[in-house]
Amino acid sequence: MKPPPPIAMLAELTHRCPLSCPYCSNPVELSRQDAELDTDTWARVFREAADLGVLQLHLSGGEPASRRDLVDLVAAAREAGLYTNLITSGIGLTEKRLAELDAAGLDHVQLSLQGTNPEMADEIGGYNGGFKRKMQVAGWIGKIGFPLTLNAVLHRRNLHQLPRALEMAQEMGARRIEVATVQFHGWALKNRDALMPTREQAKEATRIVTEARRRLKGTLVIDYVPADYHEDYPKRCMGGWGTSGLNVIPDGTVLPCHAAQSIPHLTFDRVQETSLSDIWYAGAAFNAYRGTEWMAEPCKSCDRKTIDFGGCRCQAMAIVGDASATDPVCIKSPHHGALQAQADAHASQDDAVLIYRTMPGKAAEPAQ
Amino acid sequence: METTDIPALPRGVRLHHDKVRDAWVLLAPERAVTLDPVGHAILTEVDGARSFGEITRALAERYNAPIEQIVNDSAGFLDALRDRRFLDVTA
Repeated sequence: MKPPPPIAMLAELTHRCPLSCPYCSNPVELSRQDAELDTDTWARVFREAADLGVLQLHLSGGEPASRRDLVDLVAAAREAGLYTNLITSGIGLTEKRLAELDAAGLDHVQLSLQGTNPEMADEIGGYNGGFKRKMQVAGWIGKIGFPLTLNAVLHRRNLHQLPRALEMAQEMGARRIEVATVQFHGWALKNRDALMPTREQAKEATRIVTEARRRLKGTLVIDYVPADYHEDYPKRCMGGWGTSGLNVIPDGTVLPCHAAQSIPHLTFDRVQETSLSDIWYAGAAFNAYRGTEWMAEPCKSCDRKTIDFGGCRCQAMAIVGDASATDPVCIKSPHHGALQAQADAHASQDDAVLIYRTMPGKAAEPAQ
Repeated sequence: METTDIPALPRGVRLHHDKVRDAWVLLAPERAVTLDPVGHAILTEVDGARSFGEITRALAERYNAPIEQIVNDSAGFLDALRDRRFLDVTA
């Protein structure tokens, strides 16, 4: 059966970033600046994406504002007919540059939040003055009138700031907030001792979100990513492997999800050699875990198999060592009990230090 | 939704014809909502100037349908969009 066309594409324009968040979703092996796709190639990829059926384009990184051609890339995306979303920490954006992005047709901004005060945010981001700058950028975003989503990334160190994050989203005029508990892939996997929420924190976050959704209905939309090590059923990762989204990384490699390179037996195609359409429909990595044929028990006979598609393949790889195993978050996995114990053990490492993301040839300065 | 309410698509929410799937969709921040012909018909009347009463009268006339049914369908649809912040409403 032919899979449906993708709805969304994440374009990781660069892995460069002024911040060094210890939970960065980028792979531990980062792409270097000299390997990044140029402006014209990205523009072609955007057109191929639109022709393939992509509606939503997420411009991400690293920090996408670290690309000097960001305004041209937004213009190219809009010209291709894509709904264009900028996922940014705000660092590298000036009032002038935001006005240029506005003129280029940028549809929406998603601003990340590392903490609700300078002490927390700058420690987590590893960037002094970052919080102050972000608040300034949020003001300019509001002044221009960009639709705004605040993306609060939460973990054991800052989950107590969730109520304040909800207030800040309203103060900034955001229509949406993503309350995203850290998912343990990429750099975050190195930081489980420092970042794993306690079971009580995870429960409290769910309670706060449930209450806030009721109270703020019609004012602030809340998307919630729970602390999945403490859950009983896994997340429907990527809406199902190869069913709705794809990810292009800075060097042109196309992935079914941002962590897919952690599955060692998969091979990936690049936009320089293969069309996006061929990669989506015929690429080996995209077909590896599509549908339900690849499943083993307990997924194979489970009535939830088309609800969560067995959870996250990369998490099964990272924890069980087998990418086709049931996500160990699932209560039906034989590894569920061990994972819950492991989560509690990580969460009790009170003295664990943050291991910051580092990159080869790190470009610390914003583009402008 | 009251008769005098004026619905409007806010910035960042727009109608888009999806050539690949041959369908109308409503594009919004990080969401794409596929519209059925009824939903599309309602949203093409939403211009930020006319009231809900005027919009439903126009639809009833154009589709030769009972006004009560149009009001019910449209109110349910538009209220759901408002709850998701895909629609602004001024009184």
